[in-house]
Amino acid sequence: MSNVKQARAALVTRILEGPGKTTPSERRAAFNNSGVRKPLATLVDKVATHSSTITDADLAVPKASGVGEDQAFEIVVCAAIGQAIRQYEAALSALEATAR
Amino acid sequence: MRLRILDSGHGFATKVLFALIQTVSRQPVLDVVKLVKYRADFYGNPMGAVTQEAMRGQSSWSVGDRELMAAFVAKTNQCDFCIKAHSAVAQQAYGKDKDVYAMLSDPDLGMVEEPLRATLLMLGKLTREHSVDANDMREVLGAGASAQQIEDALAVCFAFNVIGRLADAFGFSVPGSEAFNAGAKYLLTRGYR
Repeated sequence: MSNVKQARAALVTRILEGPGKTTPSERRAAFNNSGVRKPLATLVDKVATHSSTITDADLAVPKASGVGEDQAFEIVVCAAIGQAIRQYEAALSALEATAR
Repeated sequence: MRLRILDSGHGFATKVLFALIQTVSRQPVLDVVKLVKYRADFYGNPMGAVTQEAMRGQSSWSVGDRELMAAFVAKTNQCDFCIKAHSAVAQQAYGKDKDVYAMLSDPDLGMVEEPLRATLLMLGKLTREHSVDANDMREVLGAGASAQQIEDALAVCFAFNVIGRLADAFGFSVPGSEAFNAGAKYLLTRGYR
């Protein structure tokens, strides 16, 4: 699986730095689950920490506040990948600690 | 799905593809396919490369083992769509020798051989608690997994901790088992790209 790290890095670079309907700083905030603006903050936190509890209302609230569907799409994707990356990196650090 | 664009915002060529899939498979297009085909340059294509490498790239874990990991991560995340989708793939990959549904029904995974069992339990803890420590990893190593096998398993776990969250957030509909069996057949022959 030597290529998986490169593929994962390319994914992160694309979602955070490539063109989109949201700004790179908005996507970075969702990725980090930190500093997300209010209509999206609850949704981003739920995606990161307890996604199985997300309801229709969690998407409806930001949309009613003027967040477009493409913007919501990008923000949710960034939130999901950010949390999964944090988990992955925490586990990799734990594995590396066994060799010390 | 909760975003209309993911249901019907695709370009003409993709809509033709969906019609073809429905005609050939006689099943509805799965919501995960609609997701990866929407603005594929943003998410679907780069994530497809990650998932293909994790699930079908070189590894000493079999395809069935990795699909079982995907199903187990999905179960931990309580993602109904992903549980059914990847249980179906794992079952087809393993064949009749193993009963994936029985394996997953036991919280202690008593029917799963080591070192896969210890690896799955570590992935479950990581998924549930968002973190593991060196002692958790020592248990997996002690059960016979190599460091490379653990890294490969973490790559699978990453992919399905992304996909499960998106399935939940976007509200994937959960079709019947025939649709998942058709999807499983496709994933085993064509992969994730």
